[in-house]
Amino acid sequence: MTEPMLKIRGLHKSYGARPVLCGVDLDVPAGTVLCIIGPSGSGKSTLLSCVNHLEPFDAGRLWVGGELVGYRERHGWLYELHERDVARMRQGIGMVFQQFNLFPHMTALQNIIEAPVHVKRVPRTQATARAMTLLERVGLGGKHDRYPAQLSGGEQQRVAIARALAMDPKLMLFDEPTSALDPELVGEVLAVMQDLARSGMTMVVVTHELGFAREVGDHLIFMDGGVIVEQGDPRTVLAAPKERRTQDFLSKVL
Amino acid sequence: MATAVVLLIVTAAGYSVATNRAFQWPVVAQYMFDAEILKGLQRTLELTLAAMVIGLVLGTVLALFRLSHNKLLSSISWAYVWFFRSVPVLVQLIFWYNFGALYSVITLHMPFGPVLFSISTNTLITPLFAAMAGLGLAQSAYTAEVIRAGIVSVPPGQMRAALALGMRRMMIYRRIILPQAMRVIIPPVGNEVISMVKNTSLVSVIAMAELLYTAQLIYSRTYETIPLLIVASLWYLIIVSVLSVGQYFLERKFRQR
Repeated sequence: MTEPMLKIRGLHKSYGARPVLCGVDLDVPAGTVLCIIGPSGSGKSTLLSCVNHLEPFDAGRLWVGGELVGYRERHGWLYELHERDVARMRQGIGMVFQQFNLFPHMTALQNIIEAPVHVKRVPRTQATARAMTLLERVGLGGKHDRYPAQLSGGEQQRVAIARALAMDPKLMLFDEPTSALDPELVGEVLAVMQDLARSGMTMVVVTHELGFAREVGDHLIFMDGGVIVEQGDPRTVLAAPKERRTQDFLSKVL
Repeated sequence: MATAVVLLIVTAAGYSVATNRAFQWPVVAQYMFDAEILKGLQRTLELTLAAMVIGLVLGTVLALFRLSHNKLLSSISWAYVWFFRSVPVLVQLIFWYNFGALYSVITLHMPFGPVLFSISTNTLITPLFAAMAGLGLAQSAYTAEVIRAGIVSVPPGQMRAALALGMRRMMIYRRIILPQAMRVIIPPVGNEVISMVKNTSLVSVIAMAELLYTAQLIYSRTYETIPLLIVASLWYLIIVSVLSVGQYFLERKFRQR
């Protein structure tokens, strides 16, 4: 059996005295889409932030592509990596945020080529050509010179996806990518994500879009209180949840 | 009615200023473009520029220190700002000017090793050096607070997004955070530049021949005190007016799109 793209074992984290993750184990095989659902405060966004080490954690191990994330292990002890090494590791993991977080002082094109040019040292002409292709792919060809404020929420989020893809990540993280959007703009973003999933990208998606989870997800986990309460095939879990807490949550969402 | 009264007072004052011979307007005209005065004016502009550059560079470093998670760095920055904002700039200037009384010789040497470099303090700390150090260091304490406020005004999501792309902190500050913070930083810094133009006149106390001290030197010879003070004032008015226009355009450029 091949190594999963993302592997998590015994992940614990608390903010002061308040625990947010209480022992999470997870495998995401390469080329599959994992969807995470759960009430707010269940730890699902924190879990995502641990994957690219935007949040440090207290105990456990986390591997992306077989590589330990954020720490180096020696004689059973974990040592936090140098900033340079954490940054290098993050280059291989794309992340899309609920609030888009585009750089407002840069055009769509500049947003996309910023990291390739200044982090990966890709020649500007080459990065620009690639960015244009990506903009085309997310359906925004011709809008490369717009500033974020001149774009709709859905367009901004698609630029944000293109920006993450420009670094050629092997894993993409989506943190409630459609939660800040007006309802009529949700579809265009989900369509881009579905297209991305079809192309074989490994994706972890925290979402409230149960339809997307059912259609696109290969695996679904329901989190509550910092633990995975229930998991399995999305269609099965959504249609016939076994756990009481899952049933309660789904009855409120649907 | 109020308008009429104000108009009357302004007209009367204007008439008095124009006709009172004690103002000696011909003397003002004579010294306005005097070589010595222009040299002093140049000094004032140079000092303003040097002090603002020191203030901005050091202020940025202090602001980053202050926001650092490192307790030592943030404490040092806090203490620096506390000290340099509390002691009047005039006092600081005189202090720097008399630095030779504290350390008569400044030496650079290897730890417990040979002396690499040694210089008499009075050679190193010229009035120019004292003026730049005094104004620049004090300015950096104010600028640090302005820059810190600017950095804090940038939403934290910007930092997260840039980190997630694999960028490192220094680059993120330089390319993502500071350009956005500029919108908040520029207006107060513009005001500080304008204040600095006027604050440079403080260095006249340490015999630094900037605009005011040059005027003082001349009127101590000729006893034409009032006209020379008017010459200095007119030049301050002109510089500040030009800078205000510049500030307007700079603010417009950095306004959020």
